[in-house]
Amino acid sequence: MLEALHLYKRYVQGHWYSRNRFYVTALDNVSLNIGPRSTLALVGESGAGKSTLARCLSRLEEVDSGAIRLEGRNLLSLRSQELLAARRNIQLIFQDSAAAMNPRFSAAEIVEEPLLIQTRMTRRALRQQALALMEQVGISPQSERRPACEFSGGQRQRLAIARALILKPRVLILDEALSSLDSATQEQIMKLLLDLQVSLSLTYLFITHDLRLAAGMADHIAIMQAGRIIESGSISTVFLTAQHPYTRLLLATIPGIQTDPSTSIQREQ
Amino acid sequence: MPYLVRRVFSSLFLLFGVSLLTFVLVDFAPGEFFDEMRLNPQISVKTIAGLRSQYGLNLPLPVKYLHWLKSVAKGEGGFSFAYNSPAAPIIWQRAQNTLLLTGTATLFAWLIAIPFGIWSAARPGRAPALLAGGTISTLLAIPDLVLALLLLLLAVRSGYFPVGGVVGLDFSQLGPWSKFKDMARHLFLPSLCLTVGFLPMLLSHIRASMVEVLESPFIAAARAHGIPLRRLLLIHALPAAANPLISLFGFSLGILLSSSLVIEGIFGWPGLGQLLIEAILERDFYLVVDAAIFATVFLIAGNLLADTLLYALDPRIRAE
Repeated sequence: MLEALHLYKRYVQGHWYSRNRFYVTALDNVSLNIGPRSTLALVGESGAGKSTLARCLSRLEEVDSGAIRLEGRNLLSLRSQELLAARRNIQLIFQDSAAAMNPRFSAAEIVEEPLLIQTRMTRRALRQQALALMEQVGISPQSERRPACEFSGGQRQRLAIARALILKPRVLILDEALSSLDSATQEQIMKLLLDLQVSLSLTYLFITHDLRLAAGMADHIAIMQAGRIIESGSISTVFLTAQHPYTRLLLATIPGIQTDPSTSIQREQ
Repeated sequence: MPYLVRRVFSSLFLLFGVSLLTFVLVDFAPGEFFDEMRLNPQISVKTIAGLRSQYGLNLPLPVKYLHWLKSVAKGEGGFSFAYNSPAAPIIWQRAQNTLLLTGTATLFAWLIAIPFGIWSAARPGRAPALLAGGTISTLLAIPDLVLALLLLLLAVRSGYFPVGGVVGLDFSQLGPWSKFKDMARHLFLPSLCLTVGFLPMLLSHIRASMVEVLESPFIAAARAHGIPLRRLLLIHALPAAANPLISLFGFSLGILLSSSLVIEGIFGWPGLGQLLIEAILERDFYLVVDAAIFATVFLIAGNLLADTLLYALDPRIRAE
């Protein structure tokens, strides 16, 4: 479904006129492949390059080299209108949902806006579709006029999911989407995401630094460190037979993780 | 009590405080209008005492203040000794000229700064941003006085732009279009000078606000959802960047009466600035008090308008 091949991205630090310019490599030969209707968890510490990869995959930032393929089409070769159409299929959900929403927009305006600029639907039809989607993610349609700042963290994340889903995407990139929520809300949103994946045939790239969340959401996992993917495979394989010392270090930090194959961590079906 | 009612009450209270303070400070300043008469041997001390008594200058300060308040309520605002007429109509006539000049300059400065500021913020590190940065630095480096003198030189050498006055001597005999052209020619140089003075401050504020908003996560989220650049800038970024700009707009309205003192003097523009300087030199008590308070009214009204706009446009302020 979504494939990244040999992605490289580096940032320049310092001004163009300065002698003290240096480069920071954010993505170093990153390749990954996510199958249809599956979830790949991308795990790594802060600064590992996870969010940069998310931004590059959604073409918020340009990679220096490599290829990004969605259902076989290279997204990097698309321009303007083609790119706009392709963007519908990959949607990004951010960690800080409060900051990721225009504080002046109402809940319904936030949800319907992507569709407003991508289609020629009437306002009434747009609003109906937005309200239906709000209901689907567990937000009461009666709160359509409330601004985003009046919703709780969990409700805002549900709004963000509704906004992402209104374009009927094929792939959702969840960039630390559960990290800022409390455990109970994390549980609810995770369940919502898993239900939506089944009902809408969605593919997820689930970015997190929490291996327990990764185990709950994903069927495959990739461990990222310093811009490189150092280990990847199915959740059970990586959790039980981790090869890289960094992966083993990460696993060792989780209390209660069973490494016995007979109690292997399985995603809830 | 609703927010706006509280703001109006606090503004009125502030105005009362400023009027009291201005009155006290001007009264404490040494000398008064009739002092020069004492140098004239033909005017007796008794005559001067009679004049002081006639105009109420011998009264205690609180009584003078109450008399002035009554006079303000009648629309007179005290009495100008130099012009021998109520002070408020003189102030209002001059203030209209000042407002014409500063209003035009402020309008043009905002009309230039908004699109230029947005354009340069949307292209960081590229030609528009460098051009905006260069323009701000260059204009900031030119003192208003030097620019005004250069423009004055241009006016004298070219002969096209008149120097001094709001309109020409034959203004009343002109047709409507010719009247407009005559006024525009008189207005052009002083308003250009003021516009150039306002522009770097507005441009740098607009650019900084827009750059800050364009880096915020909700703009990244909107881009990720495929929102096109024009909508991103005008519907998302500009309203979000508007709060400091609305405050700045209120401030720029507030200083409409006080920002052109020097320029009015150089270009011979018969505005409030020149009147105030004359009144201070002549110690025309009520004219000085009225001019200062009138400028304060504009400042308070500008801030009140800015707060009202912020309240109307930002749901977060309404929610507080």
